[in-house]
Formats: sequence, structure tokens, C-alpha cells
Amino acid sequence: MKPRELAVILYLTLAIVFIFLPVAILVQYSFQDGLVPVPPFRGFSLRWYERMLANRKLMEALGNSIIVGGVSSFVALTLGFLAAYGLARGRPRYAGRLQFCLMAPLTVPYIIIGLGLLSAFSTVGIGRSLVTVGLGHVVINLPLCFAIAYSQLGEHQANIERAAHDLGASDLQALLLVTVPMLWPTLLAAFFIAFTLSWDEFVIAFLLSKFDVTLPVVMWNMLNSGLNPQLNAVGTLVFATSTGLVVLIAALLLPRSRNG
Amino acid sequence: MAEPIVRLAGICKRYAEMVAVESLDLDIAAGEFVVLLGPSGSGKTTILSMIGGFAAPSAGRVLIAGEDVTDLPPARRPTATVFQDYALFPHMSVRSNVAFGLAMRKVPKAERHRRAGEVLQLVGLEGFGSRGVHQLSGGQRQRVALARAIAVEPKVLLLDEPLGALDLALRRQMQEELVRIQKRLGTTFVHVTHDQEEAMSIADRVVVMNKGRVEDMGPPSRVYLRPASVFTACFMGESNILTGEVVEATSGVAWVKTRVGTLTVPTHAMPAESVTLSIRPEQLLIGNAGAGTLSLGNGTITETSFQGTHLRAHVAMEGDGNNELLLRAPVGLPLPVGAEVQLSVRPEDLVMLKR
Repeated sequence: MKPRELAVILYLTLAIVFIFLPVAILVQYSFQDGLVPVPPFRGFSLRWYERMLANRKLMEALGNSIIVGGVSSFVALTLGFLAAYGLARGRPRYAGRLQFCLMAPLTVPYIIIGLGLLSAFSTVGIGRSLVTVGLGHVVINLPLCFAIAYSQLGEHQANIERAAHDLGASDLQALLLVTVPMLWPTLLAAFFIAFTLSWDEFVIAFLLSKFDVTLPVVMWNMLNSGLNPQLNAVGTLVFATSTGLVVLIAALLLPRSRNG
Repeated sequence: MAEPIVRLAGICKRYAEMVAVESLDLDIAAGEFVVLLGPSGSGKTTILSMIGGFAAPSAGRVLIAGEDVTDLPPARRPTATVFQDYALFPHMSVRSNVAFGLAMRKVPKAERHRRAGEVLQLVGLEGFGSRGVHQLSGGQRQRVALARAIAVEPKVLLLDEPLGALDLALRRQMQEELVRIQKRLGTTFVHVTHDQEEAMSIADRVVVMNKGRVEDMGPPSRVYLRPASVFTACFMGESNILTGEVVEATSGVAWVKTRVGTLTVPTHAMPAESVTLSIRPEQLLIGNAGAGTLSLGNGTITETSFQGTHLRAHVAMEGDGNNELLLRAPVGLPLPVGAEVQLSVRPEDLVMLKR
């Protein structure tokens, strides 16, 4: 092996270890057969997973996370896709400026979005709940869904829609029978990306929730009473779900880019 | 001509900065295979888009089968388009692609599957119905695009450079098949291409376009052998262009002074008129061609290239400056670079260009 290749492999290994070591340790100590997730590792046990599954508060938060993630991602995707479709096909005046406005929220820190929504909701008298958390997640995910959908509505796709019109399809038929199914893998990937971000999101969920909370918020509350292998188990669950979704997203997007 | 199936009456297309198509009148007969030929930017695709309803003319009317369709969307015109990039529905099977137009017309499922099968057979894709579009080769996708457009039985089929992405052998084969299918269906085909060989081999009538204008229009043989303009002479194959001045004219014959001598041209012209002549490279005769031919003088071969069916040679003729002629000679002739040749031409092969 050439020294150059060796250096590359060494560097890559170090980088991967640096990124994944904390997660690996978190996962390892979720199987801790003891009361605290710190060395020494006392052996393999699933007791903290049992505790987690039996923890009503955690399970409720898990359900809340799934509902908030699912609904907010669906709403963000629907709105984002329709905005992209309108902008790409309708070609309104000031399309460039509209695109900028739609994408701009991507640059705003979550804490600012959370604080802004908090004061906006209290001004109009809407109480904090899972609905407000979901709205917050729509705000952060809509620009992303818009950008992904917009990037897939190019001239080739426009030609395919033209072919549908040419063969007698109405606007609605072309949208429902051709555009949406044609972009289905991309749209599904966008949905899961949005879901992953909502699933992991803490700041907005913390600021905008009250009694019903999502998983990251419950984890935060649990942290207040110190380290606990049960928290590692929850962390492992959150991480595994995110990783699974990322793999799914990659599987949805990769064959498309290969086929061109 | 009987009632034309397509009538373009004074259509033009202007954009803010440029004119894509200048006022154009064109009648297309039912069952005709018309090819719009021109370089990119000549307006040929814009014309196709205006017939199909994808672009609205800035002025003028589009009539199809006697009906004014200028303001109708593509869905309500009796046309179907084969797109350059095929524009197949990637998420559907071949059969669903072909049957799509029929589904939009609310044809029952069994009937449209039967019809899709028929059309697939016509384009040589029998048994491909249940395949996915991504499983097909470029040539097969092209056939699906054709089948999909034919399936709705359009009055006019519009083809936008449909063979551009295929390799030469496949392109030749598809050209033959397009003609076969067109004759069999009797549908009017309007085909856009920048490939002059393709245009000549498939068209009943070629419309040569340049910069938004029609340069020439007619059967391929006429357009090739008697081109109307300098552009046509040079775009439909290669030509030697000779500019000259009429020194003397009688009824039916003009003596034209050119860079290769004074030529007797069988045409009507006025003395002192400036004219442009063209000679096809393969119509130059080598050696003493005998009575009835016009000598163009002697020249030296400066460059040759072997083209398979013929030898293409540049000949520097005697005289001042850049006095070069392009020659196509049979491959058997010994014509090395540096050889002296005498060239002549039959008077009837001299074409006087109108522009």
C-alpha cells in the first residue's frame, strides 16, 4: 500500500471514530447491567429497555413525536411541493424573490423561530400544545421540502407534463397522474428528511409545548435527575430511528440519480 | 391542393429580444410527410410548438382540418407530439404509457390495452407492454414515444427531432420505419430535424428554415438539385458558390463572368445583373468531358479526404486569390495532392440561386 493511501485511510478512520465514538458509547451503556451509564461496563442487559417500554411518560412522548413528525412533515411537504409546482410551472412575476422568501427561514436559528412563534402565539391567544410544536416544525421544514421539490421540477419533467397535456390530460390529471407519481421517490424522501428533523428537534419543541411533549423534551427533563442508562436506551432508540430513516432516504434517492 | 389538414396563416413568434419565426404561410396536405429542416435557432421547433399548442403565435392563425385551433390548448387539438427527450412517464409500464391518451379519452381498460398492444406491434415492440420504461434502450424508448403518440390516432403527428439521440445505424433504421408507419397509417407527419440526410430520406416535402424564415420548400430532389437560395445550397449538402455578373444575355441563355471564367447558363437574366450560381461537388467533371460541357479551367489538388463512397478534394483553380472548388470524385481515380486536373460542368447542372 502506498503511504498516500495509508494516510487517507488513517484520516478517514480517525474522522469516523471521532464522529461515532460518542454514539457508540451511548449505545453500549444502554445495555449496562448497573445503575449508572459510566465505566466499568458491567455486562449485557436489556433491563433499561424494559424500563423504557414500561415508562408511560416516555411512551406517550414517543407517540407524540411520531404524530407531530408525521403530520407536520406531511403539511410541510404538501405546502412546499405546491409552492414549488406553482413557481416552476406558473412562472409568476418575481419568481426569484418568491423563491428567496420561501427559502429564507432556513437561515434563521431555531431558537429565534421558536421565540418568534412563542410571542406570536401568545399575542393571538393560542396556547402551547402539540399543535403549536407541529406548526413550528412546519415552519422549519417547509423551506427544505420546497427546495427539494423545486430541484426536481426541471425542464425534462416539464416536458413529461407537456406530453400528458398533449395526450388530453387536464391540469389536475397531469398533476395527480403524472407529476406527483413521477416525483414520488423524491417526495417520500423529502417527507422522511422532514420527519427526521422534527423527530430530533428540541429547541422549538421545548419552547412551544406545555403538558404534552415530544421525545427530545422528555429526555431533557429526565436529564435533570442525572445520568441513567434508561436515557441511553431512549437515545439509542432515537438514533436508530434517525439512522434507519436516513438509509431509507438514501435508498429512495440513489437509484434516481444513477438513472439520471 | 385539396383542403389542407394544417394551414399556418401568417403565423409569427416574437420574443422580447428576437424574432423566432417571421410571418409564415404554410399549407400541409392530409397524409403528407413534411420535414422542417434547419440549423438550431432557425425557428423549426417553434413552428412545431405552435401547431401542437405549446407556444402561442404572436400573430396569425393555426388551422387544423379547417378548424381554427389557435386558442386551443394541446389537449384539445387533434395533434400528438413525439418529444425530443421522449418524455415518457417514468413511473408507468410501457403499456400504460401507450394507453395514457386513451385513458384520458375514457376508453374502457380492456379496449385500451388491446389498442396499446396493436400499436406496440406496429412499432416493433410486441410483448414489451409490461416492462418498465427504465428497462428499455434508447431506441426502444423512442418507439414507445412514437407508439404513445400514434395510439390516440391524431390527425397530425408532430415529431421534434425524435431521432437525434440515436446512433447512426439505428437512426437510419428508424427513418425507414417512420416512413413505413406513416404510409401505413396515412397520418400527416410534421417532422423537425437539423439532419439534411434524414430530411431527404424521409420527406415528401422539405421546408428549409433559416433565421425564422423559409428558405426553400419542395420535394427533396428538387430542393437538392435546384436549390432556391445560397443557404439551401450549402445546408442541403455541399455546394460550390460562384458569384458573377451577366455580361450578355439572350432569351434563355446568359453569359456569366465568374472566378472560373465566363459560363453559359441556360437561364433568363438581364445584362449587368449580379447573379449567384451553385454547382454540386459531385457534378464537377474531371478531364476533357467532351462536347456540350463548360470548361472551368485547370486546377491543383490541395487537400483530399477519403469518404468511403467518394473522394472529397479541394482544388485550387488557376487565377487570383482564393479560387477554390470542392470536388467529389469516384474513389477509383488517382488524385493525389499536387495533381493537376481539368474541371468542367454540364450547363444544366449550373443552378442560378435566387438569393
